[in-house]
Amino acid sequence: MAHLELQGVSKQFGGVRALDDVSLAVAGGTVHAIVGENGAGKSTLGRIVAGVLSADGGRVLLDGAPASFRSPRYALEHGVAAIAQEPSLVPELTVAENVYLGSEPRRLGFIRRRRLRRAYAELAKRAGFDLPGQARAATLRTAEQQKAEILRALSRDARIIVMDEPSAALSAPETAQLHEIIRTLAGHGTTILLISHFLREVLDLADTVTVLRDGKLVRTAPASEETEASLVEAMLGRPLTTTFPEKRPPDADAPLALSVRDLVAPGVADVSFDVREGEIVGIAGLVGAGRSELARAVFGANRMKAGETRLASGRAVGKSPRRSLDSGVAMIPESRKDQGLIFGRSVIENVTLAELAELSTLGVVRRRAERRSATGILDRCDVRGASYSAPVGALSGGNQQKVLFARMLLGEPRVLLADEPTRGVDVGAKRAIYELLVSLAESGMAIVLISSELEEIIGLAHRVLVMRAGRLVAELEGDAMTEAAILAAAFADRSAGGVAA
Amino acid sequence: MSVEASPGEGPSRFSQARAGVRGFFTLDRLRRSGILIPFVALFVLLTLTSEPFATKVNLLNILDQQSAILIIAAAGTLVLVAGGIDLSVGATYSLAAVVSAHYALETDPVVAMLLGVGAGLLVGLVNGFVSTVLRINSLIATLAMAFIVGGCASLITEGSLLVLFDVPEFGKLAGTEWIGVKTSIWIMAAAVVVIGLLLARTTAGRYMYAAGGNAEAARLAGVRVNGVRMLAFVLSGTAAGLAGVIDTSRVLSAQAGQADTALAFTVLAGIVVGGTSILGGDGAVWRTVVGVLFIALIGNGYVLLGLDPLYEQITMGAILLAAVGIDVWTRQRQP
Repeated sequence: MAHLELQGVSKQFGGVRALDDVSLAVAGGTVHAIVGENGAGKSTLGRIVAGVLSADGGRVLLDGAPASFRSPRYALEHGVAAIAQEPSLVPELTVAENVYLGSEPRRLGFIRRRRLRRAYAELAKRAGFDLPGQARAATLRTAEQQKAEILRALSRDARIIVMDEPSAALSAPETAQLHEIIRTLAGHGTTILLISHFLREVLDLADTVTVLRDGKLVRTAPASEETEASLVEAMLGRPLTTTFPEKRPPDADAPLALSVRDLVAPGVADVSFDVREGEIVGIAGLVGAGRSELARAVFGANRMKAGETRLASGRAVGKSPRRSLDSGVAMIPESRKDQGLIFGRSVIENVTLAELAELSTLGVVRRRAERRSATGILDRCDVRGASYSAPVGALSGGNQQKVLFARMLLGEPRVLLADEPTRGVDVGAKRAIYELLVSLAESGMAIVLISSELEEIIGLAHRVLVMRAGRLVAELEGDAMTEAAILAAAFADRSAGGVAA
Repeated sequence: MSVEASPGEGPSRFSQARAGVRGFFTLDRLRRSGILIPFVALFVLLTLTSEPFATKVNLLNILDQQSAILIIAAAGTLVLVAGGIDLSVGATYSLAAVVSAHYALETDPVVAMLLGVGAGLLVGLVNGFVSTVLRINSLIATLAMAFIVGGCASLITEGSLLVLFDVPEFGKLAGTEWIGVKTSIWIMAAAVVVIGLLLARTTAGRYMYAAGGNAEAARLAGVRVNGVRMLAFVLSGTAAGLAGVIDTSRVLSAQAGQADTALAFTVLAGIVVGGTSILGGDGAVWRTVVGVLFIALIGNGYVLLGLDPLYEQITMGAILLAAVGIDVWTRQRQP
């Protein structure tokens, strides 16, 4: 009998089906890996098993008995523990206190400290971990914090451990250590559900691999029958559709618009690239690879530590958002809700915010001029759904995104950094945004397009740069720009180094 | 997936208009301009029940007494809209009062008044610097500044009451009559109109709404969020300084440390009752004026009707809770 079984599990967020009728069985004492693209539903699946989310449909079986977990605590009582990518320890408590947090040995509400220390020592010995129980959690490195989380799981007699991207924040030696721990745990009969981006890691560790795509199960197969290539192919699946406007690459002698040299910033390590006028350069990579951080550094939203970004005019940018805007560099930020729009203010105010100084005399806003230029640009961007005087929050996601484009266009920039410009946008608005991007490029604007949707990158960009761990690891152009090549570069194991395209 | 409304179709236009009528009494509407309804109701009630209420003397008296609070609250609205809070206004008011009184006894009254207002401006600068550049939460920063500033005021007076009966010229600032109305009221009206226009009509005001509504989005749109917040704090400090000088001129005496905290909270209550959000990004100066006057009418009504003033405090607290509650509930309902 399977240790853990999912039968027809579905989960919906708003209008998006994160998981759609997924069934799989995990044998006891095995490592079962879940792989898929960003947004394929891997983490959702892990969180349902761990009781963080509850499924909308289908059921989860433990040892053949239906188990619906209402909370992580309930899951833990049934022997299912989860280890998140970012460890969640209380920094001011010691390792031992963290491990027994919520299940401290106590009498009359007082914690029995000596017994707690003894219990911790026994547990660490049993797991074979060399981790001092009296150290404060804040002083631990990430790998050690993960060990503490694993100990916490073991202290509750967890028989199933869900690990979501456990190695994403680890260095190479730490990763090797973690792999050893996973093998030991499985050897002792613990079942591991491993969610990972790193295909080599998956093939190394897992007994069985399940591939998800768009929330649907593609297949479950023994790891010995899979290769990196076969997994990538299964993750991609969907054939390229032709919903994109025709590409018109810039002339071969189009002048440079933006050049970035040796850029070092938070999340970005030593990146250099050029963008020419009229060119759309796509930046691909996994979530956390440093794509948004790169755009933010070039725009001046994050501080640069080293390197330089220059415009064709020789003017340096990246000092502050205001200066970038003034020198003709605009950014559509990743999250329109958190970084883009002022939800409570009107559509017009949101559009003119960046160029208000141009629409005012001696600091007083010329309201008629403001309304006129905002209306013109909003009509051009085809924003619909509510009066332009209504709060921008009343618009649909696609129209909100168009408002951000309208704000950007008002400044007439020469360089546009568009970070996930179609995220959470319906199909019609997507197509409109694609057409807008292409027509802007044709008019000579240099565009840097960041997207997690490879289809979008390949459909729009003239050239693709692939990022991994803050670095540019591949540059692809023309026919070499395939989903398989991009994914291979984005997923390549860190130990492999080099470009795996 | 979001569904886009089809534009320009007859039925949707119609339903939109109907929704507008139905939505007139929504919580959001209540927050934005609802303060007018209880204000007018209370005004009518007092007019009917108390003979001396609706007289020119009584109403001008209320305005004269509230002029300091109105000036501080108008500028305080800017701080709240920009996403901060200024709890030091009471202490700043005291400092400006004793600074102006102290120097009025030594030098020219006009110089003394300017020094008082200048002291307020200085406190505002420090508040702005600490809460933006040093990134200390403005609630704590201005609370700490309230202690420091209050202490400085006590140092100047050495604990005694400064009396200006020998400097009658100092009283002219607030006490001169013009078209039958005292200059305290004229100055207040001018300050409130200027501050109100600043918030509603200028780029600086627009940036305050943006900074308070979504600081990161404002920054990425090129707004100098720190600069805007700094301006709000400087205006708040200066306004508190001006208010302190006006009240010193009204009563021709000044004392440190009296009722500093109470003033700061009365001001805050007026702003919030007026419907300005404590969470930032929303509010208006005219609403603050109505809010402050609403509270003043309650106090006036208790006096005129001879009610037990103990209940006045309870009434005030309940109204404040309702005002903040409406703000929070309507925010949650927004998309």
